[in-house]
Amino acid sequence: MALSKYSINGAFRVISQCLSNQRLILHKSKHTQPKFPGATTSWTQKLQFTEQNSYAPIPVYRVMDSKGNILDPAEEPQLSNELLLKMYHDMSLLNVMDKILYESQRQGRISFYMTNYGEEATHIGSAAALNIEDWVYGQYREAGVLLYRGFSLQEFVDQCYGNIDDVGQGKQMPVHYGSRKLNFVTISSPLATQMPQAVGSAYAMKGTNRVVICYFGDGSASEGDAHAAFNFSATLECPVIFFCRNNGYAISTPVEEQYRGDGIASKGPSYGIHTLRVDGNDVLAVYKATQLAREYATKENKPVLIEALTYRVGDHSTSDDSSAYRSQDEVLDWANNDYPTKKFRLYLESKGLWDEDKEKQFLQKSRKDVLLAFNAGEKKLKPKWSEMYNDVYKFIPIHIQKQKADMKKHLENYKEKYPLKSFSN
Amino acid sequence: MSLSKSSLLPNVLKNLFVSDVRIVRCSHFVYNPDPKPAINGERTKMNMFQAINNALDTALKTDQKAIVFGEDVGFGGVFRCTLDLQKKYGKSRVFNTPLCEQGIAGFGIGAAAAGSTAIAEIQFADYIFPAFDQLVNEAAKYRYRSGDQFDCGKLTIRAPCGAVGHGGLYHSQSPEAYFAHTPGLKVVIPRGPIKAKGLLLSCIRDPDPCLVFEPKALYRAAVEEVPVADYQLPLGKADILKEGKDITMIGWGTQVHVLSETAEILEKEYKISCEVIDLVSILPWDQDTVCRSVCKTGRVLVAHEAPLTSGFGAEIAATIQDHCFLNLEAPVARVTGPDTPFPHVFEPFYLPTKWRCIETALKLMDY
Repeated sequence: MALSKYSINGAFRVISQCLSNQRLILHKSKHTQPKFPGATTSWTQKLQFTEQNSYAPIPVYRVMDSKGNILDPAEEPQLSNELLLKMYHDMSLLNVMDKILYESQRQGRISFYMTNYGEEATHIGSAAALNIEDWVYGQYREAGVLLYRGFSLQEFVDQCYGNIDDVGQGKQMPVHYGSRKLNFVTISSPLATQMPQAVGSAYAMKGTNRVVICYFGDGSASEGDAHAAFNFSATLECPVIFFCRNNGYAISTPVEEQYRGDGIASKGPSYGIHTLRVDGNDVLAVYKATQLAREYATKENKPVLIEALTYRVGDHSTSDDSSAYRSQDEVLDWANNDYPTKKFRLYLESKGLWDEDKEKQFLQKSRKDVLLAFNAGEKKLKPKWSEMYNDVYKFIPIHIQKQKADMKKHLENYKEKYPLKSFSN
Repeated sequence: MSLSKSSLLPNVLKNLFVSDVRIVRCSHFVYNPDPKPAINGERTKMNMFQAINNALDTALKTDQKAIVFGEDVGFGGVFRCTLDLQKKYGKSRVFNTPLCEQGIAGFGIGAAAAGSTAIAEIQFADYIFPAFDQLVNEAAKYRYRSGDQFDCGKLTIRAPCGAVGHGGLYHSQSPEAYFAHTPGLKVVIPRGPIKAKGLLLSCIRDPDPCLVFEPKALYRAAVEEVPVADYQLPLGKADILKEGKDITMIGWGTQVHVLSETAEILEKEYKISCEVIDLVSILPWDQDTVCRSVCKTGRVLVAHEAPLTSGFGAEIAATIQDHCFLNLEAPVARVTGPDTPFPHVFEPFYLPTKWRCIETALKLMDY
């Protein structure tokens, strides 16, 4: 497109007129606010950096101290004894299941496992504050949420074995749980991918009085998908609760190498997201924070960010030996002096709801239940080999049907070369 | 063109949008309207962006759970495909997202998993790569990994693709082969307005996640009498555009029109009878139609704009030699973009033009 001489002159006249008008406006508006569309703010004549120390760090909300004492009686949630006991049972049972499945991996009976040690309160406290209709997107270290919702020990074990009763049909690695009936979206290994997905689901659920909760770790928060999720949730006004388990490590990487700001919580306000930071080892504080977040999210159709500060007491996974990058003293300090299950037990004992006898009986029964499920899961066959070709698409396309038929013929000729005996027919 | 004083600035701004740059360029293809499709009822003259707009309108009208979103879709889209849809269906159903492709794809997956019919736009196929992880690791594997407990089948991603005369490296790419290697996705590329509408509606209603790559060169250049009715065209099915007996020529998108013109010249000048196939679907693709044709003609030329190495032509060639070995009279030929990034001023030499196709076809006939 060529501009004529006339239009170039015209453009010049318009621009110079605009500029002289601007000069008048600027002169008149010395004391008014800036009009830039990018931000609603004020002028300053002082040139200075805004830096981390320009703000105080976000404080950590807690209800109990490390001995299970209530700090401010007004903050104690009025939960029924029944609910309190369920919460404690599930936290303890999760510990027992972790111990047995971890050891079974060490014996080579399952291929992989990830424990939840030290983070039980983040799972159970948040799960208890939600409705079962609320959708859950997790990372992989949130088994307590499923346990609280009613996922059975047998279902956990069946998934870890990938046997015929695994609802996932043995396709994923252990601890990649999922349950449609419990509204727990199937876990996948790529980190943080669930975060923008949770936002999309929350958008779809607007106006149904449901929220979506999305769990992730401090390491995941560094992924691009975390940024996408925070920003989309705020601009599209979605009822989603982002729940960060900040346990100090992403495998071997300490938080000093993960970020330099005030943790994950400080990101919230910069996206326009209401934010809470809680003691992740205080199940009552986690409960109250999640309850408030849920109320706000459903009422306002807006996101909330909760950062639960905690400590990863166990190894990252069974493929990791954490003594290679952190001291055992540090681990023992958390395990002995501020462990969520122990702390909650002291609270229950102070209310007369728990004692040593009950503890012994419960642990004994839990061990028995887990071993029972474990042994049953181990005996079950794996799904039929042809299950491998199902659910790639809703219906099997012709080219995959052909590949399946080829494999069938191959197995007829080479059946003794494959572990068919462990698989269903 | 002269501009009045008062309208100068707005017009300059307006011209920044790709769709409003009305510069006539020599294009490398001649558009052939589709023969009348077997769909009854009223027809209206539409170009391809209007047909896509019509399909989106139909989807929003017939499905209360359908949402349309992406960068700049609210005001109508930089290619006008979503024109007036926000006015008609409201901001809660047709809306802008922040500028973040991984976010768009992830958001779409989640919305689809929770029951929305999610129709997302990636502004150019060149910018789909930030969303590659969400599409390949997540969307494609959602149903499989959960044992069919969760799926995102209600997700459709639209993205303008292909050469446009002056798009350079990042407004010209044809990334279909990257996605063809991903079980769980469906990938289609329309050749004109009638196909675009029918395929888009099929993708939106298909129970699997679909990618629709829309050749942007056709948005305005391709005009047809498009059925007004709500209709769908099959995924996974190729179209034989012209029957012939000497050589099979396979392409998709804009390249189909290059091949049609090539066929015309070959017939007129050299008395070579060409069968022209629009593959339409890249994944799953119609092996049956292709192999049947090659078994009949014994010679085949595959042409695509994307680079040669590991382009989708390689998959077609390998399948043909497997199924038609005894019928082949010459090696399978591929006429494609070279293994270079897509260049700006060298575009005329980059493209698989009719002249390169003619030369290759003649070599095949002489083999």
